Amino acid sequence: MTAVADLMDYAEVIERFDPVLGLEVHTELNTKTKMFCSTPNVFGGEPNTHVCPTCLGLPGALPVLNGKAVESAIRIGLALNCEIAEWCRFARKNYFYPDMPKNFQTSQYDEPIAFNGYLDVTLDDGEVVRVEIERAHMEEDTGKSLHVGGATGRIHGADYSLLDYNRAGVPLIEIVTKPIVGTGDRAPMVARAYVNTLRDLLRALDVSDVRMDQGSLRCDANVSLMEKGAAQFGTRTETKNVNSLRSVERAVRYEMTRQAAVLAGGGTVIQETRHFQEADGTTSSGRIKETAEDYRYFPEPDLVPIAPSREWVEQLRTTLPEKPADRRKRIQTEWDLTAEELRDLFNAGAVELVEATVEAGAKPDEARGWWVNFLAQEANSREVELAELPITPAQVARVTVLVASGELTNKLAREVVKGVLAGEGEPDEVVEKRGLKVVSDDSALLAAVDEALAAQPDIADKIRGGKVQAAGAIVGAVMKATKGQADAKRVRELIIERVGA
Amino acid sequence: MPNISRAEVAHLAKLAHLAVTDEELDVFAGQLDQILDSVAKVGEVAGEDIPPTSHAVPLTNVFREDVTQPGLTQQQALSGAPAAEEGRFRVPRILGEEQ
Repeated sequence: MTAVADLMDYAEVIERFDPVLGLEVHTELNTKTKMFCSTPNVFGGEPNTHVCPTCLGLPGALPVLNGKAVESAIRIGLALNCEIAEWCRFARKNYFYPDMPKNFQTSQYDEPIAFNGYLDVTLDDGEVVRVEIERAHMEEDTGKSLHVGGATGRIHGADYSLLDYNRAGVPLIEIVTKPIVGTGDRAPMVARAYVNTLRDLLRALDVSDVRMDQGSLRCDANVSLMEKGAAQFGTRTETKNVNSLRSVERAVRYEMTRQAAVLAGGGTVIQETRHFQEADGTTSSGRIKETAEDYRYFPEPDLVPIAPSREWVEQLRTTLPEKPADRRKRIQTEWDLTAEELRDLFNAGAVELVEATVEAGAKPDEARGWWVNFLAQEANSREVELAELPITPAQVARVTVLVASGELTNKLAREVVKGVLAGEGEPDEVVEKRGLKVVSDDSALLAAVDEALAAQPDIADKIRGGKVQAAGAIVGAVMKATKGQADAKRVRELIIERVGA
Repeated sequence: MPNISRAEVAHLAKLAHLAVTDEELDVFAGQLDQILDSVAKVGEVAGEDIPPTSHAVPLTNVFREDVTQPGLTQQQALSGAPAAEEGRFRVPRILGEEQ
């Protein structure tokens, strides 16, 4: 049994300490090939089927840099308002761990391609926090290990390990913030909002799949506390394995309450990596952090320096998407949203989908309603990203058109969408197959109305007597008889007409 | 004052996963000190205006098109491996921590 860490009440943490954050985000680029070889860059696959002599580190194999990856790195740097290096090199990061068969990772050390930038992050309450960017550098991803034996599947206690190098050499950009100070009780929220904004930006740049669940966007959260009024930062921990936006927020909050309890008890925070436990939202102790020089970085002799011309950099600057904060403002104005509606839209990851749905012919508020409410719930219960649901913006737009023309009621429309999600085809096919068309044939409706009135003569009398609201019961009966496929407004008209009230 | 201490050599040996005996530490510390001395002589002639050389060829921006080429099959990839299991390279128990 592991000891449960003491935690300080969050309000007390904020009263006594100032949190300092540092966030490292790794994003895998969506280039067709790996960083230093022409092997396909694809997620998953049978183990060791996307490998070649270079990414396997076989003797004599030499790396050649992917120009598209450099382009993506520069565009990311520019989108983060960074300076772009006039000249920079790769370096070897040496360590003993079999996730890189070369026994080193090709990375950048003191010469990152992009540095000194910022990202403006809008919080849920509308306040904008500027997060300073230290650097964005190029490197390669590592292979995946599977630890066999032992009780937990973790590295400790394992008998041996199995390595799959499909991911080794996948282009990776590491984006590091400067220390984020002065955010107080909102530190966890700022961390989450930063990663969310960065994810939106990378998606808009079309440089990465930014799938936190698949590891194409990963966040390590450095957290430390300083006593109120202290001049120096406290000792930090680095929490790894934070694989969702919610986890980023939880991990930061947990570390704040844990470190505060350690410090308040007269202890010292150990500089170490910690692992985030998704199940209970805690962190557990990992490796004592080695100092930087222990990796014995040196310039990579097999790759010549990169010297991006200013013309190239300026040309790439013209390809940048709208800045995230500007985009929020524009969308809020164009679609006439409250701050809360805007927040829900972004938090659901629905902006692009709603935009595409509007483009396909839906009204903005209807498109938004479908994605942020009904479909977001569907995605949630299936535990997938909204964009992964098996329905396209065009299909959603078609459903809204059918509702607008009176061919579907809202209730029927939900059935149609469920049908599309279940793989039954296009919305019109689902309407046909499930027989979901609104009963607009008055004679069919009149028959149902007559039947309902005959079954409840007392209500018919009430309506005749002027109590028009009593018609509700008859409407209900007709809707039931038509399995909800009638237009309630039309049914009401027919009832009034029939009783001659 | 030597360029490199015995303790630094021991630290480097540890990082390189080399088992070095006490006697060897003395030998290597002396030898490395001589090597560093020789390298330092180069520094005496290099002026402020001469940047350190990391590459022998005066080239920059050697890029490859982002076009895929077939790699190895799983069988080819694992053919030189001392041990394999489930299509993966099998390695002995890892004593270090994940990087």
